[in-house]
This record gives sequence, C-alpha cells and structure tokens, in this order.
Amino acid sequence: MRIKCPLCGERDRREFYYLGAKDYLTRPEESNLDAMHKYLHIRENPCGLTEDLWQHEAGCRAWLLIERNTATHEIFKVELVNNKKDSK
Amino acid sequence: MRYNALKILKEGLTGNKNWKPVWREPEPKSEYDVIIIGGGGHGLATAYYLAKNHGITNVAVLEKGYIGSGNVGRNTTIVRANYMIPGNSEFYSHSLKLWETMESELNYNAMHSQRGVINLFHSDGQRDAAARRGNMMISQGDDAILLDRDGVRKELPYLDFDNHRFPVYGGLFHKRGGNARHDAVAWGYARAADQLGVDLIQKCAVTGIDIVNGKVTGVQTSLGPIRGKKVAIVVAGRSSEVAAMAGLEVPIESHILQAFVSEGLKPAINHVVTFGMGHFYISQSDKGGLVFGGDLDFHASYSQRGNLPMMEHVMEAGMSLMPAIGKAKVLRSWGGIMDMTPDGSFIIDKTEVENLYMDCGWCYGGFKAIPASGWCMAHLMAEDKPHEVAKKHTFDRFRTGVGLMDEESKGSQHNLH
Ligand SMILES: Cc1cc2nc3c(=O)[nH]c(=O)nc-3n(C[C@H](O)[C@H](O)[C@H](O)COP(=O)(O)OP(=O)(O)OC[C@H]3O[C@@H](n4cnc5c(N)ncnc54)[C@H](O)[C@@H]3O)c2cc1C
Ligand SMILES: [Zn+2]
Repeated sequence: MRIKCPLCGERDRREFYYLGAKDYLTRPEESNLDAMHKYLHIRENPCGLTEDLWQHEAGCRAWLLIERNTATHEIFKVELVNNKKDSK
Repeated sequence: MRYNALKILKEGLTGNKNWKPVWREPEPKSEYDVIIIGGGGHGLATAYYLAKNHGITNVAVLEKGYIGSGNVGRNTTIVRANYMIPGNSEFYSHSLKLWETMESELNYNAMHSQRGVINLFHSDGQRDAAARRGNMMISQGDDAILLDRDGVRKELPYLDFDNHRFPVYGGLFHKRGGNARHDAVAWGYARAADQLGVDLIQKCAVTGIDIVNGKVTGVQTSLGPIRGKKVAIVVAGRSSEVAAMAGLEVPIESHILQAFVSEGLKPAINHVVTFGMGHFYISQSDKGGLVFGGDLDFHASYSQRGNLPMMEHVMEAGMSLMPAIGKAKVLRSWGGIMDMTPDGSFIIDKTEVENLYMDCGWCYGGFKAIPASGWCMAHLMAEDKPHEVAKKHTFDRFRTGVGLMDEESKGSQHNLH
C-alpha cells in the first residue's frame, strides 16, 4: 500500500501510523459516558469504503484523513486533517 | 462410525473404498432451538458442547462458505496457556486442559502436539517479565520453566547466539504448549457435532437477523428464512457485519494478520519459538514446512492478503534469530481477518437483543481458545448465565472501563494490540 501525502507526495505505507476510524475527529463531552464509550470503542468497521485517521509519522508528521477501501487496499482520497477540522 | 486402527488397516488393504462421508449434508429445517451463525472453530465447538454438555441437539450451524474456510483453517495453530490477567488466565488454562482430552473425546486425530513453546528473551528487563509470567502460569496451575542461555542452547542449538544486537539471554519454556492440525480441529468438532444430531449447513450465508419486539426469532439466509429460538453470532472477523444485521454496533475493528509457509524440509525446528526483539514466531508442520508469522499489519482491513512492510519485518526478524532458515524458500503467504477488541481480549456475552448471543473478539489468538470458547458459549446459551471462566468477558467492560483485560498494558484502543 502506498499513500499520497498532500505535503510529501506518494510514500510507502511504513512511513504512516494508523490511529483508527474518523470518529476520533468528533470528541464528545467527557461527562457523557455513553457518547465517550462510543467514541473510544464502538466502530462501524465496514468491509469496503471507510475513512480513517493516519499520521505521516516518518515524514512531515501531518495528520491525514484517508478515504479507502478496506477490502482492496485502494486509496481514494488523502486530506490534511487541519483543513477538515470543523470539529473540536 | 468410530475410527480405530483395525478399520484403517482393513481400508488400507482393500483400496480405501468403504470410507463414508464424515458428516451429513442436510437441508435446513424450518426451525431450530439454536442457530449458530459461523462454521469456524468456535461455532462448531459451541454446537458440539450444546449437544454434549447440555443435551441441546436441535441445532444448526450456518456457514456461508465451507466448514473450515475461515480463520480456523488459516492460522499458525499455536496452543498455549501463558496468559496472565485474571479472566484470561483461568480461561486459557481451562482451554488447554480441554485440548489434552479433546482428540480421544472427539475420536479424531487433530495432531495436537505438545512440543513446547519457548518465548525467548534478550535483556534483563525481559528476563524479569518472563520470570513473572512463568510464576503466574505456575500459580494458575500450568507449567513454565525459566531457561538460561545454556538451557536455550540445549533446546534450540540452531539460533544465532552470537547476534550482538539481539543476544539470547534465555527463554520461558511452556512444555504443555504446542500446536495442532488446524483443519482437523474444525473437522473433528464438525463430525462429533453431526453425530450428536447437529445440522451443518454449508454454503448458507446469513443475510439478515429477524427481531420481533426486541427478541430474536430467526435469520434470513441465502437458502431462505430459518426460525430459531436462540441465535449465536460466531463469525470472528465478520462480527461487525453480522452484528449490524441485528442493529448492533460492537467494539470491534477487523485487522489483517499474515502468515508464511516454506517448502517442506527435514525436521529441524522441534518447538514453537518466539523472538523477543521483533515480530517473529515459528514452528515446523508435520509436512515439513516452516510455519511462521509476525504481527498485524496494523490498520483496519478485510483484504485477506497482507502488505509488504510486515512481510519484510517478519523475514528480517527471522533472519536475525535463525539465519539458517534463509536457505528455505517461502512457498505461500496469506492473511486472515482478525476481530480486534480495544483491550485485546475476547467477548462471550448476551446482546441487547433477547436470545441473541455473541462470541467474538478473538483477535489473533482464538485458535487455542476453541474448546473453552465452545464450552463457555454453550453454557451461556443453555443456562442463560456466563460460565465461571468466561464471566469477565462482557461487552460492558468497555463502557464502564472496569475489568478490562489488557494483557500487554497498552491501552484500550483497537490499533494497539
Ligand atoms: C495468520 C493467522 C495466524 C493465527 N495464529 C494463531 C495461533 O497461532 N494461535 C491461536 O490461538 N490463534 C491464531 N489465530 C487466530 C485464530 O485463527 C482465530 O482467532 C480463530 O480461528 C477465530 O475463530 P473461528 O475459528 O471461529 O473463525 P473462522 O474460522 O473465521 O469462523 C467464522 C466463520 O463464520 C463464517 N461467516 C462469516 N459471515 C457469515 C455469514 N454472514 N453467514 C454465515 N457464515 C458466516 C465464515 O465464513 C467463517 O467460516 C491466527 C489467525 C491468523 C489469520
Ligand atoms: Zn507528509
């Protein structure tokens, strides 16, 4: 798998750290235990199209939102999380 | 039909013409007391113990492919009881004991081989951790021996003891650990369940779960609807997909784990050996192939084939530890879909839907768990209360944070295990 970082260009998979589903972009109030549980643990975990968070750890260290297919290794879209962040 | 030596001799001398199919291939009935979705190791063992331990025989196992087509037939078959955390400790200890009697009970040769597992360590810190683990194993009633460098040299003379970067300090030797023939475990439980009256329905994909007033009533399948008083979801890497059919969201992320097999070689590696300084473990199958693997690819995936970085890492780690294997050719590699939970431990529990149960979250370690998982899942479904050795393995531990079983102390997050 190769990932095209918007800042560095196409790089090998091993330069990237995978965090998890894009749920991590919308952190709920910590006092809301149910929402917090969902945020931390519950995953849609689709077979097919998904969006998740990666960091270009061994490159520019930018956080990336990647749209890809979990069944085929195809990558459709890589965006900087900073440009996306309407959330908290 | 029971297998015995005389029968094998007779068939051998008469051209093997009279062997019968090992199980029936029935049409699904319209209704069962229990429907088990998933004909992997855990689903089959659940069906067997429902019939054997609880007398519940009106049971169907619905398998979308063929029996043994999932992870049960694509794993590296290590069987051990060296877990430490309360909950896991007693469960895997129970499972290993069941392994020791399973073949005679099932009348099936699963080639379970207690050849010993040696976890190597390469520093003082790792030695302390191994000693602690060994003590925990002994106190849970299992076996462990702390080997020093010379002790390891006696067992594994082929290691590179002079590797300056990763010197071998010693190893934790678990003699009752070992491996087994994976397909045979599936076939053994399948045959035994069939003989007790369980219907094994292959090429039957579940496509929907019927729920009326919060209670499960049956399933929709590629062979039509089937009613069931109780339904179990036992589908490993496909847990999220099938749970979603019941409107359930589960704390699971599916990841890929790879494995590799070399060409057949003369017997050389007589144990299961794990490297402590990289992701690499190895054993040799009875056919002679070196069977080895490493860690997850570390991103959510259903692709059933791995990526090159982990493959390269595994080869490098193997070469650091035992350079001799560099002469062998790798024949095959593949990947399986692992149902990862946030804390790396499994779930055997009821769900929010009445009479719907789940057995999932086996991560990369569910092969050794097959007997105990079937045993405990059958108990849960028959008695409607958890079995003593699996009662900590609930869905709720994630919500409350109480009783998480994080063997590696890494944190409750899918990508960390
Ligand atoms: C490479 C690799 C190495 C491993 N090594 C080890 C090891 O050394 N030791 C160890 O203990 N564990 C190991 N494991 C883990 C172990 O294989 C799994 O945890 C275990 O097999 C999972 O349980 P199972 O056998 O029930 O799963 P599976 O065999 O995957 O069974 C699930 C079944 O459900 C079926 N299914 C899915 N969806 C549906 C549907 N909608 N309708 C009907 N049926 C459905 C599937 O077809 C499948 O047959 C390894 C796994 C892999 C991939
Ligand atoms: Zn970059």
